[in-house]
Amino acid sequence: MSTEKSVWRRAFEWHEARLPLVSFIDNSVGSKYPAPKNLNYFWNFGSLAGFMLVTMILTGIFLAMNYTPHKDMAFDSVERIMRDVNFGWLIRYMHANGASFFFIVVYIHIFRGLYYGSYKAPREVLWWMGILIFLAMMATAFMGYVLPWGQMSFWGATVITNLFSALPIIGEPIVTFLWGGFGVDNPTLNRFFSLHYLLPFVIVGLVVFHIWALHIPGSNNPLGIEAAPADKIPFHPYYTAKDAFGLGVFLLVYFAIVFWYPNILGDPLNYVVANPLVTPTHIVPEWYFLPFYAILRAIPDKLLGVLAMFGAILVLFVLPWLDTSRVRSANFRPWFRVFFWLFFINGLVLGWCGSQLPEGLPLVLGRVCTFYYFFFFFVIMPVVGWMETPKPLPASISSPVMKAAE
Amino acid sequence: MANMAPAHTPESTGADGETRRDFLLHTTVAFGAVGTAMAVWPLISSMNPAADTLALSTTEFNLGGLQEGQAVTIVWRGKPVFVRYRTPAEIEAARNTPMNDLVEPAKDEDRVKKGKEKYLILVGVCTHLGCIPLGTKAMDARGDFGGWFCPCHGSHYDTSGRIRKGPAPENLKVPPYQFLDDTTVRIG
Amino acid sequence: MKKILLAATAALALVPMSFGASASEKVEFPKEKWSFSGNFGKFDRMQLQRGLQVYKEVCASCHSLKYVAFRNLEALGYSEDQVKAFAAEYEFPTLDDEGSEIKRKGLPSDHFPSPYPNEKFARASNNGALPPDLSLMTKAREHGPDYVFHLLTGYDEPPQGMTVMDGMHYNKYFADGNFQIAMAKQINDDQVTYADGTKATADQISRDITAFLHWAAEPKLEVRNSTGLRVMIYMVIFTILAYFLKRRIWARLEK
Repeated sequence: MSTEKSVWRRAFEWHEARLPLVSFIDNSVGSKYPAPKNLNYFWNFGSLAGFMLVTMILTGIFLAMNYTPHKDMAFDSVERIMRDVNFGWLIRYMHANGASFFFIVVYIHIFRGLYYGSYKAPREVLWWMGILIFLAMMATAFMGYVLPWGQMSFWGATVITNLFSALPIIGEPIVTFLWGGFGVDNPTLNRFFSLHYLLPFVIVGLVVFHIWALHIPGSNNPLGIEAAPADKIPFHPYYTAKDAFGLGVFLLVYFAIVFWYPNILGDPLNYVVANPLVTPTHIVPEWYFLPFYAILRAIPDKLLGVLAMFGAILVLFVLPWLDTSRVRSANFRPWFRVFFWLFFINGLVLGWCGSQLPEGLPLVLGRVCTFYYFFFFFVIMPVVGWMETPKPLPASISSPVMKAAE
Repeated sequence: MANMAPAHTPESTGADGETRRDFLLHTTVAFGAVGTAMAVWPLISSMNPAADTLALSTTEFNLGGLQEGQAVTIVWRGKPVFVRYRTPAEIEAARNTPMNDLVEPAKDEDRVKKGKEKYLILVGVCTHLGCIPLGTKAMDARGDFGGWFCPCHGSHYDTSGRIRKGPAPENLKVPPYQFLDDTTVRIG
Repeated sequence: MKKILLAATAALALVPMSFGASASEKVEFPKEKWSFSGNFGKFDRMQLQRGLQVYKEVCASCHSLKYVAFRNLEALGYSEDQVKAFAAEYEFPTLDDEGSEIKRKGLPSDHFPSPYPNEKFARASNNGALPPDLSLMTKAREHGPDYVFHLLTGYDEPPQGMTVMDGMHYNKYFADGNFQIAMAKQINDDQVTYADGTKATADQISRDITAFLHWAAEPKLEVRNSTGLRVMIYMVIFTILAYFLKRRIWARLEK
């Protein structure tokens, strides 16, 4: 009887009994994890974000083998990677554009959460983990952009680190502490390299918590109602297959940019080596920071601008309590839907404002859109949730289909 | 979990559908695996020597300025290389050494190029623990065998760069080299 | 479906945001045709060789090209021996055995040297202006090669009422400096004599040096484009396969 199982099978079971890795994976993303059967393609973006995290870490590690974090050699080392290191150009372009695509994917993922009420009870801590991941991503991306030591690297770092001087009393000492000197200089570059290497692994830890927090209640779904066990399907093979297809579509776009338009999302001035004595006429952060940059510059007071910029992200923490609606999914919330799409367009306009000089139309629009940003969270969410009459919710996930069949 | 819709049900469809799905599954997975390998390859390849490193993998040297009896040290791949223009006496001493006297037996003829026996080219790193032996400069000690002497632990090399006395286990290494013409040699 | 389209539009809408508003956008930059444009673009080797000649004879007296090594010139179609000979025309400082500075002949592994020993010297030789290194110029400016080409050919009489400062020159494409640039017009008809007999009009010379500079900035352009094509073909096949596999698997739910 014992000879029925092969030696491989028995070795595998011996190991699994002591450290159940495979069954852990099977329970978390495999055939033992039940997921609602009606998830649409907006549910692909979580796995795409995970894919981008792995891609960024891998390309980053191999870039770090050839990068030198010293102000006199950083720019040169990046050019050496582009010209002399085997496939260095590819690894660099994947990493630089990968950051953009990581943010594209995460922004869509966040907007999915906003639309379908994924932040609502009992998924509040899941939402918080997500915000922490987002914050860590922004810190990582900010420091990473400094590393090539181009003009935008240097001046973007100077502008953003200078913001902290707005804090009363502790501001200036904090900035000196961050810089390790009296301006953005070599100590700053060196420590940004160290932290840029570290933070992605902190993000991995946060992602573990994020997925763990998800698995307690299970996934939300487009209808926003609790999914009955009969309306759930095993994650593998249904969603693994769907995620593989979604990954294919995503990579078509990603690789088109990496291979054919690798500099389209970047700023040409970052191909000029940093010069502390020459300020560019137009300091622009990378596109994924533009909406927050617009909020920062919309407020004429330096300290209030900084507080508004950080507040714009911190407000997300209290979102589960700002939204008073009992209904999760905007599919059934006609008024909220309108304000949601306005919020989305508002974000795009804010992004455009952030890319322009803060004067004239961009400044006016920036102020209007900053106002709407906070108005959406602090006024619209509670009021609309309370006043709106939502559409009737289906009895179950299967019932809309059953009704049509009758 | 028990009420979940079915997961793997390969037997639930007819034999024809099952074959098609297996083929599709296997093709897609294989395609994906190949793609993953193709994606990983550039990362691994980036660890191989880069173009600028390879450009420095050979060094050319002009022997025209070298006098008989003179030796110089040049750098090749970051290491010292001894180039000595041997006198006929030195060559004869190297040729007349019995193999039994050698720690690592090697014929002098095998350590130089035919027609260019007067030039001896060696990697100047002692095979004991890596110091650079003396004997290249005119005033250097040359050890008991007229070649090189390593001051760190007292290894003596002869006029063919072979270890004769001392703790070194092997002869000084001969790097790959070729003569591009009568006076130019390319090492590496 | 509608939502996917909206999301895609949003993503595309983000692209122009990255350009930012720089002064050069207020100027019209006519798009030029380059052999290396587009996803299937290639460099014209003979053009690059002419461009190298232009760099050496016209630009190198003021502009460095520090990221290009002589050995890279094999990509222009030169043989190893030609590259060795090219490199040997240059001299580089080194130390002799006593520690005194001497000169040695250039090797293929050397990079193009700077015409000036340091920045102060460069500025002193150019009325206080620093001629920038050209290795990345076509990537370091909006509109890339088009900008470089138009700048080189953009010298003109200043418009009515504009005073051009001492030592400066009017250039209708140099918006970043309010159309006054420290570099005088460098490229005129028949300024160089091309070895391959191509007619050396100012327009031709400007195109050739621009193409050469774009090669200097993106030497991997061709392999990047061709690898991209192969990767995209692979991805299309994979996505189609994955789509049909997904459909098959999900068909199980239809019962």
